[in-house]
Amino acid sequence: MSQPLVGAPHDRVEGPEKVTGEARYTADVVIEGLVHAAVVPSGIANGRIVAVDDSEARAAPGVIEVMTHHNAPRVSAAKPADSDSLLFLLQNDRIEFDRQPIAVVIAQSLEEATYAAQLLHVRYEADHPETNFDAAPRYVPKEIFGEPATHQRGDPEKAFATAPVRIEQTYRTPTEHHNPMETHGTVAQWNGEHLTLHDSSQWAFGVQRRIAKVFGIDAEQVRVIVPYVGGAFGSKGQMWSHVALAAMAAKLVGRPVKLIVTRPQMFGWVGHRPQTEQRVALGAQRDGRLVCVTHDVLSETSVSDEFVEPCAVFSRDLYAVENYGMSHALPRLNISKPTYQRGPGESTGSFAMESAMDELAYEIDIDPLELRLRNYSERQPDSGKPYSSKQLRQCYARAAERFDWGRRVPQPRSMNEGRLLLGLGMATASRNTHRTAAKVRIRANSDGTVVVACGTIEQGCGSPTVYAQLASEILEIPFERVRFEFGDTNLPEAPLAAGSQTSGSVGSVVVKAATWLRDKIADLGGTIPPNGIVLDVADEPGENDESYATQAFGAQFAQVVVDPDTGEVRVVRFVGAFDGGRILNAKTANSQFVGGIVWGISMALFEKTRYDARTARIMNANLSDYLVPTNADIPNPEVIAIEADDPHINPAHVKGIGEVGITGAAAAVANAVYHATGVRVRDLPITPDKLLV
Amino acid sequence: MLSRRRFFFRAAISTLAAEVALHFRAAAQRLPTVRPNDAAAGTSAARAITINVNGVERTMRVEPRVTLLDALRDRLGLTGTKKGCDQGTCGACTVMVNGRRIDSCLTLAVMHTGDRIVTVEGIAQNGSLHPVQRAFITHDGFQCGFCTPGQIVSAVALLNEGKRLDRDTIRTEMSGNLCRCGCYPHIVDAVLEAAGTS
Repeated sequence: MSQPLVGAPHDRVEGPEKVTGEARYTADVVIEGLVHAAVVPSGIANGRIVAVDDSEARAAPGVIEVMTHHNAPRVSAAKPADSDSLLFLLQNDRIEFDRQPIAVVIAQSLEEATYAAQLLHVRYEADHPETNFDAAPRYVPKEIFGEPATHQRGDPEKAFATAPVRIEQTYRTPTEHHNPMETHGTVAQWNGEHLTLHDSSQWAFGVQRRIAKVFGIDAEQVRVIVPYVGGAFGSKGQMWSHVALAAMAAKLVGRPVKLIVTRPQMFGWVGHRPQTEQRVALGAQRDGRLVCVTHDVLSETSVSDEFVEPCAVFSRDLYAVENYGMSHALPRLNISKPTYQRGPGESTGSFAMESAMDELAYEIDIDPLELRLRNYSERQPDSGKPYSSKQLRQCYARAAERFDWGRRVPQPRSMNEGRLLLGLGMATASRNTHRTAAKVRIRANSDGTVVVACGTIEQGCGSPTVYAQLASEILEIPFERVRFEFGDTNLPEAPLAAGSQTSGSVGSVVVKAATWLRDKIADLGGTIPPNGIVLDVADEPGENDESYATQAFGAQFAQVVVDPDTGEVRVVRFVGAFDGGRILNAKTANSQFVGGIVWGISMALFEKTRYDARTARIMNANLSDYLVPTNADIPNPEVIAIEADDPHINPAHVKGIGEVGITGAAAAVANAVYHATGVRVRDLPITPDKLLV
Repeated sequence: MLSRRRFFFRAAISTLAAEVALHFRAAAQRLPTVRPNDAAAGTSAARAITINVNGVERTMRVEPRVTLLDALRDRLGLTGTKKGCDQGTCGACTVMVNGRRIDSCLTLAVMHTGDRIVTVEGIAQNGSLHPVQRAFITHDGFQCGFCTPGQIVSAVALLNEGKRLDRDTIRTEMSGNLCRCGCYPHIVDAVLEAAGTS
């Protein structure tokens, strides 16, 4: 065997394709007879369309059809399930958010479609949009991701009233748009009553079922092909309106249609992380032991649909504290529906909770790391379940050592680097990981090669590489002989590639299938028959998924410098240590951890979607005004993977690692900024104006 | 990254251009499939232009409004160059024009008659990856891969610019190419390595 397999830092198998431009993404798909669609977004955020004059657009060269609510095919935009999203499919004249799709222009070329879209004259009757997060009517959702939105253990109110030390603060995080580098897009082609979609999605099967509902056809009549996905971070987990609009347009014109969402439209209907306001109250003994925590969350949702940012899940499942209370409530605004974004709830919730812990550490004058250790939980505090594994102590210790946390002078504004203020901060990272049902087809060919096929997708997490590593180790064959196929509903069904669940779910069924194949080949005396061996294998969560708490953990340490004259913050060093279970590939895992940290730094310092308070229209819908980090903004994060076998969690012994890296990272930066400046910023992002006080 | 304004005044063409053109001539042997969009090229405003792409003279009919990016992708079938924003803010569409890296979404195809364009498809030579490409794979300088063609072209052009490169210089010089997966440190590692070996 050429190299050790599972855990080895193998290069990505699709690397050569990705560095030469051969890798195909949805927008690269070409089909004979393809025409182009341009979406026309609304110019108001609340009201109705009174009139559409499409004569000029229709007369423009190359235009084939203009689809509006007057002539769009009648389809179902309703939600088949609570977890789905309402679609905006030109079925009526109502508008409820900025950039809602109101028409689609289909033309021979992209240029013709884009130009004609500007020739559509729309007359609106505009109503006053609700934009005030603080004053808008709010309600309590029934549940958050299947769990209670409001929950209590012990008596937090009473405990708080008598606690020797009390911290009570409000933290805010802004609306943030995912902005993967590849915008969303769909190529739709009908063949009679059968539909083929090429789509940039985190879940081919979710799109297949939803689009079937839209058209009232069977899921079997739809095939969804997902080429390489150019980033998603949660935004491609739902099927959004443009997917159906592309299929409707293709039906209307009787030709295959390519519809690519533009960058400014990425701020329209494809989801975003909602802004939150979080009130965190900590009650503690003088020695730092927590006696109560309450975490009350407001997160924005749209006027007709519901998404809850489950911020308090982070604080619920973290520290050993007897009395705990949490609540979530939703102000309804004229915005598009929010959705999950990398570490939903945990990234925003950890900013609030871990900032509050830092405030408590200063209040009682103990080391912030020591404060976490004094509240370390050996069992998941709320469920009482044992953790399948927990290496958080080692994360704290190893990261603190690498970071040289011991050099920190506790007093704020007491360390310098030349004329710059130097600050050190830390926070805990934690993310629940899950496992859901998944299927694969495994085939051994007579030439000794093996193909593992699964309808999951590749969005940069390394699927084709890590599952080949898992299978080849079990089969005891060279890694190069195993090929992983993905990205098609014609392959066995995989779950949504999100929520840190893919490696646990797909990984487990790969283990099961490879084990079966190894035994089968052994039964056949070590030979593979000329026509090969093939089997479909399914796997679903077992007893352990109920009896153990499954969480990834980590410790985040940030070092910042702040210019005292300009308020400019730069993160100059970052160390993260993570407990992600067994690491399948040291190289790709490192990239995911680093990527998470980069997102945390970005959340701390840069990202914020700005709404006009009068019109509810987005003012920075592009990548020069909506700030994401550039290369020069990011230091070289040092990542330590604390590996320990976790036989309880799932057959692959892995925890999802795509999200834990962002949790706690923004708090670590904010805490470092406080240490540097003595200014506590409780309202992200930390922009220079907030430090010049 | 060449700014838009400076681009319009592209008077001084680096002497590197000739070298780069020679360097990439061999790419002529491996033409990707061409899928001309005849309908789009057929309006009265369309005109024939000839540009040198990856060492090969390519003639096509385009309207004046067609960007270099869309001409490469939709007319020549060179879809390796990506459209991330179409506004000159992300760098996913970076190509070399006469040896200098630019955002191909910010320039019109008709302005490039006679120019030498190098896209990501023209970086590898005779089936052998460029040191920058190999280093991106070794250092995992990408995850989803969508910004990668732009990063690769930008990095190759940067090496040709002849600056003294250390970590901080590379971070600044590569800041015209956004990567949302957060691979920046690994991109810097890759460029550093390639700078030492190429």
